[in-house]
Amino acid sequence: MIHIFQDYGGTLLYGLGQTLLCSIIALICSLIIGTFFALLEESPNKFARGIARIYIEIFRNIPLLVITMFFYVVIPLYVMKMNGFTAGTIGLTLYTSAFIAETVRSGIRSVDPGQMEGARSNGLTFWQAMRYIVLPQAFRYVIPPLGNQFVNLVKNSSTLAFVGGFDLMYQGNAIASSSLETMAAYSAVGVLYLIVTMPISYYMRYLEKRLA
Amino acid sequence: MLNNFIAAYSPDNLRYLFGGLGITLLVSVASIIGSFIIGAILGIVRYVKFKYFSAVVGFIIDVIRNLPLILILFFIYFGLPNIGVKPEVIPAAIFAMTIFESAMLAEIVRSGIQAVDPGQMEGARANGLTYWQGLWHIVLPQALVKMIPAIVSQFISLVKDTSLATIILLPEMLYRSQIIYGQNTNYIIPMFVAIAVLYFIVCYALSVLAHYLEKRQA
Repeated sequence: MIHIFQDYGGTLLYGLGQTLLCSIIALICSLIIGTFFALLEESPNKFARGIARIYIEIFRNIPLLVITMFFYVVIPLYVMKMNGFTAGTIGLTLYTSAFIAETVRSGIRSVDPGQMEGARSNGLTFWQAMRYIVLPQAFRYVIPPLGNQFVNLVKNSSTLAFVGGFDLMYQGNAIASSSLETMAAYSAVGVLYLIVTMPISYYMRYLEKRLA
Repeated sequence: MLNNFIAAYSPDNLRYLFGGLGITLLVSVASIIGSFIIGAILGIVRYVKFKYFSAVVGFIIDVIRNLPLILILFFIYFGLPNIGVKPEVIPAAIFAMTIFESAMLAEIVRSGIQAVDPGQMEGARANGLTYWQGLWHIVLPQALVKMIPAIVSQFISLVKDTSLATIILLPEMLYRSQIIYGQNTNYIIPMFVAIAVLYFIVCYALSVLAHYLEKRQA
């Protein structure tokens, strides 16, 4: 396995960089979209709640790979050109945003309803109360599950390998087929994934314990 | 456009696609059964804390949980032949999914057992049950009720994850849809609609079940 690092270190590191880049972009975008839909779901408007429910159920119940392939195959054919990295990142963002919406929503739910009532009776509108009183408290509960979502993102970003996204999995696969040492190549890739994911998931477990 | 849908959903294509759904379900059910049994055992081992053994098992579980499933599929299907074992594609897919999902379930089982009030075990022990009797008759039944929703949602992701086995050419639904639209690009959209709807129906039915179980428990 060591010689795989020696011979292909640069390629692997480049792949790791793409994996991290795609995961971080997808995390930021899906956090924004997910929070938006969580707010819609908690809003007093019935129509808005319906829209949010439909969005979340669709992206939670269709495999990530199908969403990614849709952006890789269908969109370039009818709408615009798109490379594998972009298609993969959009797919990851939409897929993850549905899970983040659920996480943020349960964070909002775990804030004492008295907070909202107090804010409303002090003259804030629903959205002001949400923005200044409830959401800041909700995010404290949401941090450990968000960290776990990031670990999932890093793992799920391996679907970029299907669409030529040049991520870590893609490079590992290329190295495996050119060096013919599949076991060693995949082990090297595994080690690199673990270096990223293990510390985060251990730290999140520690945070969860402290919050509980 | 409508003509494309009608042509794409010809009886032959549909039969081929539903055959793929059958393989998706076969791999899913086999992995669900395997990973439920192995995951429960590993979760208990991790909770009970046999010296060293539990720590080693716990570390292996954490390693598997933190790797992408695609990598495990590659390991089994393309890595094993490197050391002289050549698995068939369906058993390879089931094997890889079972390994990955067992680790996920072990974590759910462990935290489910830990969520049971320690007073239950103390009470059982004070009433003369052994540790294992207390675990089996008192703690585990309560833990199982608590963790059923988490287990069902893990099974939903298992069903969705079977699509990843396309990469080792498992002839499941996504793979077969690609074969069909590979022959005629007009079939691309009808095929995506068909598989999205089929996956949605299977997964949504499971998530309705999870909701129902969650409500009944509360």
